[in-house]
Parts: sequence; structure tokens; C-alpha cells
Amino acid sequence: MSFKVIKPGLFTTIQDKGRYSYQRFGMSVAGAMDFFSLRVANLLVENDPFEAALETTFLGPTLEFKEHDVIAITGGDMSPKINNRQIPMWMSVYVKPGDILSFSGVKSGLRSYIAFSRKLDVPLIMGSRSTFTRGKIGGFQGRKLAENDTIGYRDKELLKSTGSYVKKEYIPLYEKEVEIRVILGPQDDYFMDESLETFFKSTYTITNEADRMGYRLDGEKIIHKKGADIISDGIVFGSIQVPGHGMPIIMMADRATTGGYTKIATVITPDLSKLAQMGPGSKINFREVSLAQASTIYKDYEDTFLKIKEHISSEKFNISEIRSLNLNIDGKKYSIDVNELK
Amino acid sequence: MYDKVKYLPAGDSSLTMEFGNEISVEINKMIRNTVSAIKNNSPEGIKELIPTYRSIQILYDPLVADFKKMVVSLEEILALATDGGEDNYRIVEIPTCYGSEFGPDLSFVAEHNNLTQEEVINIHTGSDYLLYMLGFTPGFGYLGGMSEKIATPRLQVPRTIIPAGSVGIAATQTGIYPIDSPGGWQLIGRTPVKLYDPLSDVPVLLNAGDYIRFKAISQEEFEEISKAVEKNEYEVNIIHNGEVRLNVL
Repeated sequence: MSFKVIKPGLFTTIQDKGRYSYQRFGMSVAGAMDFFSLRVANLLVENDPFEAALETTFLGPTLEFKEHDVIAITGGDMSPKINNRQIPMWMSVYVKPGDILSFSGVKSGLRSYIAFSRKLDVPLIMGSRSTFTRGKIGGFQGRKLAENDTIGYRDKELLKSTGSYVKKEYIPLYEKEVEIRVILGPQDDYFMDESLETFFKSTYTITNEADRMGYRLDGEKIIHKKGADIISDGIVFGSIQVPGHGMPIIMMADRATTGGYTKIATVITPDLSKLAQMGPGSKINFREVSLAQASTIYKDYEDTFLKIKEHISSEKFNISEIRSLNLNIDGKKYSIDVNELK
Repeated sequence: MYDKVKYLPAGDSSLTMEFGNEISVEINKMIRNTVSAIKNNSPEGIKELIPTYRSIQILYDPLVADFKKMVVSLEEILALATDGGEDNYRIVEIPTCYGSEFGPDLSFVAEHNNLTQEEVINIHTGSDYLLYMLGFTPGFGYLGGMSEKIATPRLQVPRTIIPAGSVGIAATQTGIYPIDSPGGWQLIGRTPVKLYDPLSDVPVLLNAGDYIRFKAISQEEFEEISKAVEKNEYEVNIIHNGEVRLNVL
């Protein structure tokens, strides 16, 4: 047993890359909503970038560690604390038996990722440890975490002794109004030209019906010219469906594999991570990019991981417990948390 | 079927290879042949294929191939797939116990169509069904080719729980529930065979392009097969490239 769930948080699940190669059987992929944060969290603890981590939603969990480990928290800032003291995000942090990790409130974003150097011990199902709650498989018993769950580690001992951090320039800022880049198609020819214009010129708001399966948006109506229904075909992460009511729905990690609504456009991969950090009330402005532009953006996006990995491996520090020092300066008392970098 | 396959962009790492805009046996066969041709040739960059009624969703690695490059490779493969080649398909036999507690709506389906229950069973088992695609839930197959003679509207009030293996009819469609789920189909029987087992090496029994043949079994046979399935000792009867019995409307 490596940690025990004291409070589960709002919706905390185990996610990795997802269950690819089984979509032809109707199996949803699941997997992390925000791959940027998942990958960076894992890089910080020297794991495979797609290793299974905890994905928290809005209200983070409270966990009690039972063994030594090095963890890293990325993604939305939910004010993580260890033993009630603030800890840095986008940085590896050492935890020891008895330490309590908690989250005290949302500062930005929606989902945090907690990566564990010693790797979560849950079974591989169809090549993945991702939780697919609707199908009741994967992760921890096919469900979100609950009070008193205990999860073990796959690594018998803590193998690393160095920590790392991500440079500020690579840490995303999570805004409430975001430009989301899309490629038109596959069914853009089903829509009136004016409606394509509407789609790009107006602002859409994420409604309360937004979860791991998809985000329903509200805004100016998009009008079809040849009907909203098609003979079912494939759906991908980021497909934007427009049913007869004219309001877009963005398909996310737990999407069905196929669907029968027209798809006006598809969100480009790097912008899915931005979407994953947006919740109800956040606003979206869609912008069209060409296939060639998208290809360049994608390569730059992948390059970012290489750069982050390089700087993580070049600027390491010896990992140690965060110490609290009490200082007395000019008669004023200060308590300072110190993580010694060597 | 289109004269020329359409390639539609679906984001930065996927495209839709569209063969037509209708549901047809011909398109399904073309898709089945193309899927196996793509698998045999495994062009660089392809990560996953999702065949549907009328298209193949192609997922690719944008660091290895882009849209244009994918289209070129797929066109080359398509030329091979079109040049005949063998049409390989499976007929999968699904033992089904009709009526009683397994098929509580069999009497309604018979009544609705002015048939006896025996006649409904004979018609349902009398022809083979093409599995066009899987979707909706893991392992759920969209089957085509049911006789209009046993078509029955959905229940007005859907059931909250339908046991896995239930065989149902909804309008002119027939299908098998792979997992316990709510639903409004008229239930005429149940199979003891597992269509979906997430922990198995082959998590889903059926593939797009298979033909499904229902075989009527008794309650005793149902119990026997159930036990064998539990012990992992039951082998589903699969006929390769056998003669397909199509429904003559």
C-alpha cells in the first residue's frame, strides 16, 4: 500500500494514454484529458511520459502516503499542500510515510495531474490503466476514487534521488476565454457558408453539460444546409459535432467511437490540453488553421516536450524533504519552507 | 458507393476515408477488403483503423506522415484492394435460447406480426446477418439483413436493465446486448456466449464484416454452454468463408 484516499475529491481517476487499438470494437479510448500536463508530470518523476497518473477535477483529493515516493503535480492550480504547507507545482516533490497531500482551492484551470515516480499498481486492461467509468473498467476497480481506497506502487522501492522542475516559460497559463484552433471537416460541406462564418466569428460558452465525454457549448446557432444527421462514422478526440439544434459539442476523452451527427471541424491536438483545463462558463473563440499550419504547430508542440525533457535532465537537484525554518528578522517572525537545491 | 473514395480531414492526426453515403453490403465488403489491405501493407505512420458503415477512420502519427502523404499511401493500397483479392469473412454461430424468461417479448413480437412464436424463431434463425460496424457500447454490433416479417417497434417504456447476452429486435434491426445495460429493444432470447470480456486476450468476439448466425438452443443447452463459458471451455463455432444465407425480402 502506497497511499490511502482520505477524501476522494470531486472526480479523481487514474489515467494514462488511453485504450487505443480497440476502437474498432466500440471501446472508448478514455485516457488523460490534458496530455500536456500528464506528460510533463511524468517527465518530472522520470517516468514514461504516458505512465498512469491521477487526474483530479476541480476539487482535489486528500491522500495519505504510506511509503516514500517522489511525486509531481501539474495542470490546473488547485493549491496543493503537504501537511498543510503549500508545495510547488511543476516540480518534483519528495513525500514520506505519514505525509498528507491535500488541495485547498482552485486558482486556475480545472484538472490537476499527480504523477508518482514509483508508478501506480493497477492492472493493464487492453493495454491501458485508464479508468473508463461508463464502461466500468480500468484504473482502480473501473471507477473514480472513493474514501479509504488504497493504491499500491509497482516499483518496490524509490529508485531516484534527484528532483527537477519545469522552467516558467513552458508552464501554461489557464484563461477563462481561449482561442481554440481547428481544422475544418470532415462534414463542413453540410453547413451554410454563413454558418461557417458564425462558427468562427462568435464566442461560444461551455455549458454545465461538460464532462470527460464531451463539452456542450452555447452560442450562436449553426445552420445546416443538408441535415444534421449522417450515417454513423468515426469520432476522434476533438471532433466538433453539431446536431439539429445547431449548438456544437466537442468530443473529449471518454467519447463514443462512432456517431451520427455532422462534424463541422476538429480541434488540433495541442489545443485539446487548453480545453481540458476549461470548465462550465469558460468561453471559446474558434480559429481555422490549414492542414499545413496544423502540421507545423504539432511539430513545435512535440518539440516542446523534447526541450522540457532536456532541461529537466540537465538541471537536477538532490531531492529532500521540504523543511520549515523559523526566522526572526528585525523582530518579526517568519516561517519559511525550504527545499534545498544541490 | 462513390466512384472515387473521399478523403476528409479529421484534425491533425486523423482522416476519414469515405466510400459512400449509404448502408450497403457492397460498401461493407469494400471496407473489409481495404482494412485487411491496409493491415497487410502497414503504411508508415498508421496507428489505428475504425471501420464504420461507410468509412474507415484512419488515425496516424503526424510526426511520421501528414494528410497528403497518407492519401498517397492509401490510394496505392486501395488499388490493390480493388483488384479483387480474396474476400475473407467469418460466419459466427450464436447459440440462442428463445422465449421464456430469456425472451420475455417473444410472444409480443409473434402477436404483432401475426405469427406463431415458432415462426418468429424460424425466421430469426433462418438467415445470416452482416455485422456492419461495432459501436454504442463495447462489443455492440450493428446488424443488417433482418426480415421485415418480424419487425417490431421498440418498447414504449425502456427497461432499466437488460442482461448481457440478450437478443432483441428494434424496428427492422436485430442485435445482442454485450453488457448489462438499459434499453428499449423487444427481447426475444438470450445467448450464453460472452460477446465482451474486458480481461480476455480477445475482449470482443465479433468483428465488423462478420456474419452472425443465430442457432436456437434449449434451456438445458443454455445452462450447459453457460457453465462451459464460465470455465473458459466453450468454443464458439466459426465458419470461414462459408455459404451465407441471405434474407430474401
